[in-house]
Amino acid sequence: MDFRLTPEEEAFRAEVRAFLDANLPAGPDWNRKVREKRWVGFSWPKEVGGGGGTIMQQVILKEEMAKRKAPPLGMCFMGLAWVGPSIIAYGTDEQKRRFIPDILDSKYQWCTGYSEPGAGSDLASLQCRAVRDGDHYVVNGQKIWTSIAMWSKWMILLVRTDPNAAVKHDGITCLLVEMSTPGITVRPIQNMSGGTMFAEVFFDDVRVPVENRLGAEGEGWKVTITALANERSGIAEVEGLKRTLEGVKELARRCVRNGRPALDDAGVRRRIARAETRIEAMRLNGMRFLTKQLKGEPLGSETSINKLHRAELEIELGEIALDLEGSAGPLAAGSSAAPDAGKWQRFALNWPEVVIGGGTPNVQKNIIAERILGLPHD
Amino acid sequence: MNFGFTEEQELLRSEARKLLDADAPMDAVRKHVELPEGFSRELWKKISELGWPGLIVPEACGGAGLGFVDLTVLLEETGRSLFPSPLLSTSLAASVILDLAAEDQARRFVEGLADGSRIGTVALLEANDHLAPSGVALRARPAGGDGQGYVLEGEKRFVPDADAADLFVVAARKGETEDDVGFFVVDRGAPGLTTANLPCMDTTKRQGTLRLEGVRVGEGALLESQGAHAFERVLLRGAALATAEMLGAADGALALTVRYAKERIQFGQPIGKFQGVKHPLAEHHVAIESGKSLLYYAAWALDESPEEAPRAVSMAKAYVTDALSRLGLDVVGLHGGIGYTMEYDAQLYLKRSKWAKPFFGDADFHYDRIAKLGGR
Repeated sequence: MDFRLTPEEEAFRAEVRAFLDANLPAGPDWNRKVREKRWVGFSWPKEVGGGGGTIMQQVILKEEMAKRKAPPLGMCFMGLAWVGPSIIAYGTDEQKRRFIPDILDSKYQWCTGYSEPGAGSDLASLQCRAVRDGDHYVVNGQKIWTSIAMWSKWMILLVRTDPNAAVKHDGITCLLVEMSTPGITVRPIQNMSGGTMFAEVFFDDVRVPVENRLGAEGEGWKVTITALANERSGIAEVEGLKRTLEGVKELARRCVRNGRPALDDAGVRRRIARAETRIEAMRLNGMRFLTKQLKGEPLGSETSINKLHRAELEIELGEIALDLEGSAGPLAAGSSAAPDAGKWQRFALNWPEVVIGGGTPNVQKNIIAERILGLPHD
Repeated sequence: MNFGFTEEQELLRSEARKLLDADAPMDAVRKHVELPEGFSRELWKKISELGWPGLIVPEACGGAGLGFVDLTVLLEETGRSLFPSPLLSTSLAASVILDLAAEDQARRFVEGLADGSRIGTVALLEANDHLAPSGVALRARPAGGDGQGYVLEGEKRFVPDADAADLFVVAARKGETEDDVGFFVVDRGAPGLTTANLPCMDTTKRQGTLRLEGVRVGEGALLESQGAHAFERVLLRGAALATAEMLGAADGALALTVRYAKERIQFGQPIGKFQGVKHPLAEHHVAIESGKSLLYYAAWALDESPEEAPRAVSMAKAYVTDALSRLGLDVVGLHGGIGYTMEYDAQLYLKRSKWAKPFFGDADFHYDRIAKLGGR
């Protein structure tokens, strides 16, 4: 075991820190500057305009950025997270030329058309249908929980091209669809905290050129799941949780419970210590996963371990905060008596975004039970 | 950056596993605990020849000169087998002596521990069960009169392997201020020293009382480092080694239950197919892996980054205590009726989880420390 960085890695960390010292708080030229550093798409190969960063450099960059609460590296969130990597892995030269530079320059947003009303945790059962008609696919059906659909120019869409495939995963194809195509209707959905970040998307005889198919017909499932080969230790998420925990501790210093400072209460102290320990376990799990990746072994189902921790911590930290606030806890975020202008009320109602989005905790438990422990599939 | 084991450490693990699989399968463990001392002297001799008790003792003192990370690897394996032996106690005694003794003081005590010719243990707790310097009431008075040294008077309780030990590291009160405690190395043969077994629920672990009635020890029996600082260092070592054995036991318990869940058929299918069974098992896997991450880092910190050790060790012991407690109940519960029988092994893991809970501080004790270390 050795937690030291190499001199090159230390030099890179120093470079990141110096950049952040000089450029935070971020000004209007932040996006241009990080793009010039090639930190947008940092894990992508240099040939396509990415940064070609090593796994260790990716970790260092994410960690330093998160510690300093720096703005994101690039604003094309889903484009950078998985659309771009999918195009790099499966796209034609023409598709790479057409889409990758725009993603790196954050020219517009991408959204993700995966979930459907009848296909959530069981994504592979999706029914949105595409039928070949000459040099077009004609798409009919519906997607749901599509984040930022109303502000996106393009969508990465999973459709069923072969309803008779013996294995349902094999009948799925991936299309890149321009949101202005006739026949697409976007209807925003309000979430329980009052925000409208996601939407329903309806497809009514939407014609998509065959040249916008990503990968081969029937290859959509593979295109989707192999897109995330870059750093997955979850270290950036840990930094986010640490910041939330610091906020909870700070809140606990100000709150009074039963006429005494909340922090004098053994139950409060232990509850916070438990969360702190769990965050540290996540950090160290991430370092073990990272070690595996550095040895050239791909990560598999073990990343579900930290996904479960994160899901439960996102919920628990919000619960601790509202409990600390006592009778003010259930106030509406906009209420004049809500502490911190309702910050924790909003936090405590937004966990599904993280907890449900990447696969529910029950799905993660199935993955661990079946793929790691070898228990029978249910 | 490398948060993994070396090839040597992996080899140590596989060699230990081979030996324990061959010489200490569960039916042998059940026989060993029926022996008068509760463990096999023959096997103790064998592992001593392999250098296990002296793993962390420097080569100059007859040991293998390895670190806590290596010892963690070994204790995970003994824990997995619920291997009854005074290995943890002896390793801990050696480690404490090496840590607290003056440079020229340690050697004469630890040589016998390193080669396994003597069994060691650490006696911290008393009837008040207070794991802190202020809980130490056993008195150490200057001998006065004709000789130098001290006279020890009092009773220790919950002393691991008390009946088997040849050497005791005893926490004793030297003065009235709360932290005025020292650690004395006392031989089994000292006049006035007696031990008595306190039978445990977990028969693979022995503990007992240590009575010291006017026991005279020389000046050199008092280890150089003293006070709250020394107490803290003993606590960290004990908690870390305990956690290693706990995680091994947790691995063993989970493996037993997973195997059963694959084989046991109810309602026409293996019970491991039901989410009411598979999800708790997945949660235990998450807890064990996360506990390992916390423990390995704590062991590394004890070796390489001592200022991080208090927080890291407490996090490991607290988290794994919770994890093993839950697992201990589930390993029996998920087996159903068979898990409740004496004949089946599930109960052995439940009892081990009970043994481990308070050993060197329960979860609340360590979470309180974490809260304090976090500036609260």
